[in-house]
Amino acid sequence: MKIKLLAFAALGALMLQPLTGTPSVAQDKEVRVGFLGGLSGGRGIFGKVQKEGFELALDHLGGKIGGLPTKYVVADTQNKPDVGRQQMDKLIKQDKVHFVAGITWSNVLAAVYKQALDNKVFLISTNAGWSQLSGKRCNPYFFRASWNNDDTPEAMGQALQGQVENVWLLAPNYQAGKDMVSGFTRYYKGKIAGTTFFKLGQTDFQAELSQIRAAKPGSIFTFAPGGMGIALIKQYKAAGLDKTIPINTAFVVDYLTLAAFGKSAIGNRHASFWDPTSINPANVRFIEDYKKKYGKHPTMYSVQGYDAALLMDLGVRAAKGNLSDHDAIRAGMRTANINSPRGGFQFNNNHNPIQNYYLREVVAGKDGNPTIVTRKTVFRGHKDAYHTQCSMTW
Amino acid sequence: MSTLLVLEQTLNGIQFGVFLFLISAGLTLVLGIMNVVNLAHGALFMMGAYFASTFVAWTGSFFIAFLLIIPSSVILGIIIEMLTLRPLYLRDHMDQVLATFGLILFFNEGVKLVWGVDPQPMPTPELFAGNVEIFPDAPYPVFRLFIIGVGLLVAAVIYFLIAKTKVGMLIRAGASNTQMIRAMGVNIRFLNTFVFGLGAFFAGLAGLMAAPIISVESGMGDEMLILAFVVIVIGGIGSVRGALVASVIIGVFEVVGRSMLPIAMQKIFPLEIAQTAGPAIASMLIYILMAGVLFFKPQGLFPARTG
Repeated sequence: MKIKLLAFAALGALMLQPLTGTPSVAQDKEVRVGFLGGLSGGRGIFGKVQKEGFELALDHLGGKIGGLPTKYVVADTQNKPDVGRQQMDKLIKQDKVHFVAGITWSNVLAAVYKQALDNKVFLISTNAGWSQLSGKRCNPYFFRASWNNDDTPEAMGQALQGQVENVWLLAPNYQAGKDMVSGFTRYYKGKIAGTTFFKLGQTDFQAELSQIRAAKPGSIFTFAPGGMGIALIKQYKAAGLDKTIPINTAFVVDYLTLAAFGKSAIGNRHASFWDPTSINPANVRFIEDYKKKYGKHPTMYSVQGYDAALLMDLGVRAAKGNLSDHDAIRAGMRTANINSPRGGFQFNNNHNPIQNYYLREVVAGKDGNPTIVTRKTVFRGHKDAYHTQCSMTW
Repeated sequence: MSTLLVLEQTLNGIQFGVFLFLISAGLTLVLGIMNVVNLAHGALFMMGAYFASTFVAWTGSFFIAFLLIIPSSVILGIIIEMLTLRPLYLRDHMDQVLATFGLILFFNEGVKLVWGVDPQPMPTPELFAGNVEIFPDAPYPVFRLFIIGVGLLVAAVIYFLIAKTKVGMLIRAGASNTQMIRAMGVNIRFLNTFVFGLGAFFAGLAGLMAAPIISVESGMGDEMLILAFVVIVIGGIGSVRGALVASVIIGVFEVVGRSMLPIAMQKIFPLEIAQTAGPAIASMLIYILMAGVLFFKPQGLFPARTG
């Protein structure tokens, strides 16, 4: 009797399998993932390109994360912490997601992370580099497909160390601006000609440029995301300063903003974890398919979105589709064994990527339009400055 | 800080001031003459910049873009006036604020639907791309001098239009007594549309002039709108002369304050505090100035006789 029942059950399972395509061990028959991006508002562009990368990865996975049917939900934080909280709540309670990816800004991440982690939902940041989640508040359910805020300016500091004398620092007067300056000076040990903190959202920099020209620094390092950076670079070029004082940036120039800059970005040097010229097959495929799907060159933010989906896939596969086996999912994700456009990387104990950083430069391409080339590898396997404060070990 | 740098910063301040005037001229006209609070002025500024970017991409010429900005921004202004403001003239200011605030949201999202969320390209016109040495060893961008020129030209045109022409006379009459001018057989409705179209044109022109130096993106007009209101409140609502004077005062105050304050504070406070608190206080300077002016002259520096 018992054997008969088992046989029936097995037969039933066999019959079901081709219909649903799920491994029979799965308790949940589908993976539910949320993309919680800052998609609207003036700074919605950052969230949009992360989402595009994420969706390209879903295409590459055949629409199935870990081979399971996948329900994909998009929610918009509008880059506002309070809206982010509501949307995260909705994703967890209403859509009952297993994974959430997204979040552009540190202040939004700070507002939403607890809801996800307390409910044992895996949260993968596709941008926000809030350092607290790298250090004391590191969490088994939190991963980063991006970087810690300080990492990129650290790479720029390292790249300029010994190369230039007398650097002028220019950043907006808020927490991330100060993080960037301290990240830069952690590796750049030369002389600092001066530091200007300008108002967040400032669009006219002529006064700062006059001041800088009078001080005659050897070089400039600036962090100015979004419209601030575009205005700054345009005005820097218009003032003719680029001819005498080279400008180095973090989070200003990328394929995201290249069209808006036009030729005024040529000569700009900046750091990034992604080498767009890399010929590793994953990167070539990523760039080609992204161009095909969206009709434009992918950005580093798209890489971050792309990898988040691949990490989810990796986790679900490692758990053999058993979505309640969080330990197995986590263990899978920790191997970081994905075909990332950035090349191979590992996770540190705090789930931040240990990855390379490159010095890149904007040059005129064959058609005269600006394009980005990689000059050198600044860091190999760089670890963020906060991982020692994280008590998680594995 | 050398005398030369102080002089250069003063020029920067005047330039920034004239730029502010370009933005606030249309706003003060509409508010002073039509008695309409138009929060959508910043959105019209943004549309001017988007139009400029598109026209330059099509034609490759800044000058043709300028010629096309005139009809496009005026028509846009007239459509807005006819659809949203005309029914609200007799209503409370609060209703106008609500309606035009709605327009801000509409246009900020609208440009993203039409142009996408990416910031739009806008090169500096070749003719003005160079630098001249006004002060030794400190090349100054020609385009910034061009902005000063255009701003002063706009001031002259408005003065001539309002003070010396028949239309200007009717506008002034309409502003001081709407009932009377209607009784005398003047089409006040047409006059209002004309003034609003004119205001929209100045906003569009400011957008065109700003596009090569700032980022053309959704929401770019919001910050400018606040500055424009500070200008017209200090200058006296409705007074074009007041707007010009206030703009230049604010420009110089802001730029010189912004560049000197952190340095001055370093002499008193530790570097760390001066570097952070300096810019924070500097960004409040113009609002402190506004509070000061309003305390002594609640009507602004040049109270308009009309309205």
